[in-house]
Amino acid sequence: MHISPVLWEFLVKWLNNSALFPREASTIAPYADALYFFLLTITMVGLVLVGVLVFGFSIRYRQSRSPEATQVEGSTLLEATWTIIPLALFLIVFVWGALLYFRIYNPPTNAMNIYIVGKQWMWKAEHPGGQHEINALHVPIGRPVQLTMISQDVFHSFSIPDFRVKREVIPGRYSTEWFEATTPGTYHIFCTQYCGTNHSAMIGTVTAMTPDDYAKWTQESTSGMSLAQNGERLFASMGCNACHSGSAAARGPNLAGVYGSKLQLTSGSEVLVNDAYLRDAILNPSEHVTAGFAPIMPTYQGQISEDGLVDLVEYIKNLQTNYRVQQTLTTLQSNQAAPTTPGVVKP
Amino acid sequence: MSATSSTIVNLPDQRTARLPKRNYINNEDGLLSWLFTGDHKRIAILYLISITFFFFVGGAFAGLIRLELLTPQPDLVASDTYNKFFSMHGIIMVFLFLVPSVPATLGNFLMPIMLGARDLAFPKVNLLSWYLYWLGGLVILGAMVMGGVDTGWTFTTPLSTHYLNTHVVTAAMGVFILGFSSIFTGLNFIVTIHRMRAPGMTWFRMPLFVWSHYAASILMVLGTPVLAITLVLVALERLVGIGVFDPTKGGDPLLFQHLFWFYSHPAVYIMILPGMGVISEVISTFSRKRVFGYTAVAFSSVAIALFGFFVWAHHMFIMGVSNYSALVFSLLTMLVAVPSAIKIFNWAFTLQKGSITFETPMMYAFGFLGLFTIGGMTGVFLGALGMDIHLTETYFIVAHFHFVMVGGMLMAFLAGIHFWWPKMTGRMYPESLSKLAAVTTFIGFNLTFLPQFILGYLGMPRRYHAYPPEFQVLNVLSTAGATVLGVGYMLPLLYLGWSLKYGAIAGNNPWQATGLEWQIQSPPLTENFVEIPVIDYEAYDYEWLAHKTANEVTTVG
Repeated sequence: MHISPVLWEFLVKWLNNSALFPREASTIAPYADALYFFLLTITMVGLVLVGVLVFGFSIRYRQSRSPEATQVEGSTLLEATWTIIPLALFLIVFVWGALLYFRIYNPPTNAMNIYIVGKQWMWKAEHPGGQHEINALHVPIGRPVQLTMISQDVFHSFSIPDFRVKREVIPGRYSTEWFEATTPGTYHIFCTQYCGTNHSAMIGTVTAMTPDDYAKWTQESTSGMSLAQNGERLFASMGCNACHSGSAAARGPNLAGVYGSKLQLTSGSEVLVNDAYLRDAILNPSEHVTAGFAPIMPTYQGQISEDGLVDLVEYIKNLQTNYRVQQTLTTLQSNQAAPTTPGVVKP
Repeated sequence: MSATSSTIVNLPDQRTARLPKRNYINNEDGLLSWLFTGDHKRIAILYLISITFFFFVGGAFAGLIRLELLTPQPDLVASDTYNKFFSMHGIIMVFLFLVPSVPATLGNFLMPIMLGARDLAFPKVNLLSWYLYWLGGLVILGAMVMGGVDTGWTFTTPLSTHYLNTHVVTAAMGVFILGFSSIFTGLNFIVTIHRMRAPGMTWFRMPLFVWSHYAASILMVLGTPVLAITLVLVALERLVGIGVFDPTKGGDPLLFQHLFWFYSHPAVYIMILPGMGVISEVISTFSRKRVFGYTAVAFSSVAIALFGFFVWAHHMFIMGVSNYSALVFSLLTMLVAVPSAIKIFNWAFTLQKGSITFETPMMYAFGFLGLFTIGGMTGVFLGALGMDIHLTETYFIVAHFHFVMVGGMLMAFLAGIHFWWPKMTGRMYPESLSKLAAVTTFIGFNLTFLPQFILGYLGMPRRYHAYPPEFQVLNVLSTAGATVLGVGYMLPLLYLGWSLKYGAIAGNNPWQATGLEWQIQSPPLTENFVEIPVIDYEAYDYEWLAHKTANEVTTVG
């Protein structure tokens, strides 16, 4: 028999390129696939069991062979059997799934952080070193990467199937996901939450690179200003340093070293200062007044873009001493604008 | 009666059967007699015609979606148009077909007869429910004609409230009105089951069809108001910007999802439970054997209804809900899977020691068993927290709920329509042609949706107008399957229509089933029973039926 060469080539290409399972390109992928195969197995067993029962009984008790039906009430023993065995299997699946969930959603503490801002219909990646990417993400292999993500408009969802990770990107709230890529290559980024007209165009590529290549890429694609430096400029131009000057008589709390600490609020509650808290405190200051300070800070809702907030958060995060704030203050007073860098998207 | 004993039931000679002179169809003439009827059977027929119309409208959209996805490029229609296609497909299929499908047609027709009553408790409310159905349906069709809506059937905020300029409020209004139609049906069923049972019809003598409708009715009455509230909030947010779902005004966009799924997860059980009732009747009848573990099947319906209310957040595992609440919802999801497994095994064991024949309803029921098992098990995939992360929002979930809703519910609906067609119309459908349709549907369905499981695990997201070229082969298979499926659904429409005039006369009880509805003439009288029957036997009592037939033969002979 003769097979058309075009068809043959097509089949070979298909079998090589997209088998029935996606590539395993992260440390999580084998764990996710293990549970998937377990689930496939119990589905197959269940299906075969139901098939054997239905077809077996249908053949054995078809009317031509079994003209008389024997009435049976039921059987408590059998009912118990098919209650307990599925229940036990489902509970195993529950525990296994929960363990996997915590593995996927609890980032290791040494993960490097990259910010993702989603908007209709593109992904912006902002590296702390000042590399900005659109619909692309470069990451090193062998190193945990945490994504801190936020949406500027509607719900999006950041999915990398080959890494088996996905999380909703929510307006007004940071969400995180992490992965550790294992194989260099390029992989799909999909927005999986329906987000309007060009939902299916909100895709991109994640490029996993060896540490050497990654270092080279980092060097070549920096915009010249790190996120913290952008944040510093914003900090000055919004006039934040007027109150948060770090001096003893300042009207706003000292921000140096505040990140990661526990803060006492006037409402009496104690909060952990993390990315989300900093963002909220800038947008809704009246609800986050540090104990001992007056609620005089105005809201910055609608005045700073999500990218700008990322810059500010990154700046405050890295603020170890008040030296930078004082310097900024001097710069502001000396009327010298910070140098602009070509190619940087102004917040 | 002993627990085990033998029964032989032979099909009656249909050649001698005659259509009864007076029945609910010819009792009154003229269109108005139908439009102003209070007869539950006539309303059921009105509903049947209506949902069939909407099914084919929704099906046309499904066809267009599959046609667009034949190629990776977005080349058939524009993205906005494609988004409107899947939104309309979802809204029409869920709210205008699946939710009312079995309850409003078969349920309406059979519930009072099965209970030995002359009508539902509130016949006028029943008719009002049909008018509201059409009002809601027309509003949705209006939204479609004016330019459509592209929110998806989920109306997710803030997309639906702030970022779309299509007819969101109109469509939401349509669904809001449909909600009342659904509540009225549920309310009517609950009251009828409590108050209108014939003497001797105790709770545990009721057919399982009634039990499953009872469970579904509770869900309709308790769940639908939450959907109505949610849609009103969406409309208010759009029109006056009250900010309940708007983070910049202190609202929470996730709240919408909580409210929406609080209805829409139980809604899945509203859709599937009545179908399960049909399957119990069909499998029992064609194996001439009582349903194995009657009480287990009855209580598993109630358990599904109960647990069904406490699993909604499993739609939100990746949305940043607290890890611990995710744990609780995952555990409850595993628990709700158990009653479905119990039902499957009870149906399988109903066949044991039966005397089985393979008429069309039975073929559809077998299709249901296989497809629902796959649909249910893949639900366990999605209920497992870590697995859900990779699978949710992909074609895996599309395949999963189509296996449950189309493979499960639609198979059950078609099983029921064929099974009770002789009762509803007095005529038989053509047997071999309908078997062909059942097999075509089964093959077409699997060809359409099995590739989508693979696509989903590969990572293809749902609601994508364009997709990477490596997914094309599986999408072509799926579209080919949809074509076969389309043929499978057109066939019944044609031959059932044909059978209305040319079908063989059915007679009272062509299947020799035990149900009360089979002991009266087909089609039934408007008042169902000349005398309210006294029930002194359990459901699925084939011995009683055998004796009854024997007695009749002796008296007549």
